[in-house]
Amino acid sequence: MSRSQPAGLGRIPPLLLVPALLGTAVVVLPLLGLVSRSPWRALPDLLGEPDVRRALVLSLTTSTLTATVCLLLGLPLAWLLARGRFRGRAVLRALLTVPLVLPPVVGGVALLGGFGRTGLLGGPLREAFGVSLPFTTAAVVLAHTFVALPFFVLAVEGALQAQGERYDAVAATLGARRWTTFRRVTLPLALPGIAAGTVLAWARSLGEFGATITFAGNFPGTTQTMPLLVYTRLQDDPSAAYGLSLVLLGLSLAVLVLLRDRWLRGAVR
Amino acid sequence: MRGLEARVVVARAGHRTDLDLLAAPGDVVAVVGPNGAGKTTLLHALAGLVGLSAGSVRVDGRDWTDLPVPERDLTMVFQGQQLLPHLRARHDVAFGLRTRGMGRREADRVARAWLERLGVGHLADRRPHQLSGGQAQRVAIARALAPAPAVLLLDEPLAALDVRVATALRIELAQHLAAYDGVCVLVTHDALDALTLATRVVVVDDGRVVQEGTPAEVSRHPQTAHVARLVGLNVLRGTGAEDRITLPGGTALVAVDPPAGEALAAFPPTAVALHAHEPEGSMRNRWPVEVRALAPHGGALRAQLALTGEDQDLIADLTPRSATELGLVPGRRLWAAVKATEVTTYAAGGGTADR
Repeated sequence: MSRSQPAGLGRIPPLLLVPALLGTAVVVLPLLGLVSRSPWRALPDLLGEPDVRRALVLSLTTSTLTATVCLLLGLPLAWLLARGRFRGRAVLRALLTVPLVLPPVVGGVALLGGFGRTGLLGGPLREAFGVSLPFTTAAVVLAHTFVALPFFVLAVEGALQAQGERYDAVAATLGARRWTTFRRVTLPLALPGIAAGTVLAWARSLGEFGATITFAGNFPGTTQTMPLLVYTRLQDDPSAAYGLSLVLLGLSLAVLVLLRDRWLRGAVR
Repeated sequence: MRGLEARVVVARAGHRTDLDLLAAPGDVVAVVGPNGAGKTTLLHALAGLVGLSAGSVRVDGRDWTDLPVPERDLTMVFQGQQLLPHLRARHDVAFGLRTRGMGRREADRVARAWLERLGVGHLADRRPHQLSGGQAQRVAIARALAPAPAVLLLDEPLAALDVRVATALRIELAQHLAAYDGVCVLVTHDALDALTLATRVVVVDDGRVVQEGTPAEVSRHPQTAHVARLVGLNVLRGTGAEDRITLPGGTALVAVDPPAGEALAAFPPTAVALHAHEPEGSMRNRWPVEVRALAPHGGALRAQLALTGEDQDLIADLTPRSATELGLVPGRRLWAAVKATEVTTYAAGGGTADR
């Protein structure tokens, strides 16, 4: 690092250095606390518990499903936002960004209002088909998608914007219709951004708590994901909560490494 | 009618392009003019990438005016790097063949043949970042020619290349364009491109056509200072009467039999002699000038000179040695002399006199 910074530009000003160090402490200290207080030896036993196994499997399943749904719905959305020429595009983008700034609990309440037993769509759905979404695994995926989709859409739209319409124009002059251009040019070129967006959505889903517990409840086996289990265990068995948190930390770190890899490859390309 | 009939009107804030273009199959029309004259706008409008404010585009009798880009039977070589970054050269060249319904194998065969024809057959499996500028441009030209479109649009195809590469490619491009039987519209700022590649030259300035003709006509009798500079000539505009053309500021330019009325006088920069003091002798044209700028030009030095009392510039070529002797620096006042017999004169032809 010292090599990439020419000494000639002078020393780092303390007014920048001190807050930066404080910021680092705020982030790193809790992580160190988590690692140091975790019951490392009991970890294998903990992971053997049926509740824990179920929560872990559920978390991984719902996260993967959420990432897939984000990909299927979010990619067309991102394309529309980046390439579409229609009125209300800015409004659509603003609406889609709302979950980013919304407290997750409020998101859960909103989901109940929309898809709950008496919700906007949930009510008619129950009357017509007898289907009820809340407190099912599907509700978990729905809540996670609500929260994660904006991350995905913004990441991919950014990639599409950065790519620009230059190559779309080239493809069009070669006789490619829009779908062909999307498939053969836009999509392959946006792949790093799409991968980053998918990983972001997956990670966001893995950590989701507020919207899930509000809309889907906390039922072992069907809706109790890892974060919910951590919260539950914290009440009566803090040591187990530390252990489970450590597992989640490990998963998050793995995602971070994956993301960094994509970023690096993006920079080299 | 076969070929291209277009009237392209593109109005933007503070700028209007209004150009007519007629071309028969086999024509290579060079569009030349200064930056911002509307050349690239014209190409993009023909391609459908820019909408027309008015006018129409017809190709081989078919109305293209409201046709989406992919449905127009054209290809385009864009300015600057424009190969698809993720494709190998042969896939890039095959792209336009596949969209036209050619099978995968046949498209690959034709693409390879075209790459071969442009001398880059051995690079068929390379991606753009593994190609030099000249190689990439060869692939781009192969890609544009391979589908044999009704209209081929070339936007400064040789501009980004270094001189040696551009010269070699220009000769090859001339051969390919001669064999191509659609309409080619070539935008260039290089007189050499226009002279060697084109069958017809259209000079645009400020969004309008100001001159049209064969390359020889346009280069012999340029109607605008811009084209005069492109072909390396001095052109002065004034009013002809008896043995002279009088410039707007009163400067007299003596020539042999100039046309009456609005007239142009052309002479090469090598015909301009520079003197520190007013020269005596047989030179009939002696004008006070001020040095504006100096630039190397081949082995010589090209001086840009402002004619005192006039709004027109001259260029003069001289050896570096005489430049040193004259103490040539911007701002220096000198005398320029031109022999009357070196000056060609012709009537200013409101744009289309050469047609």
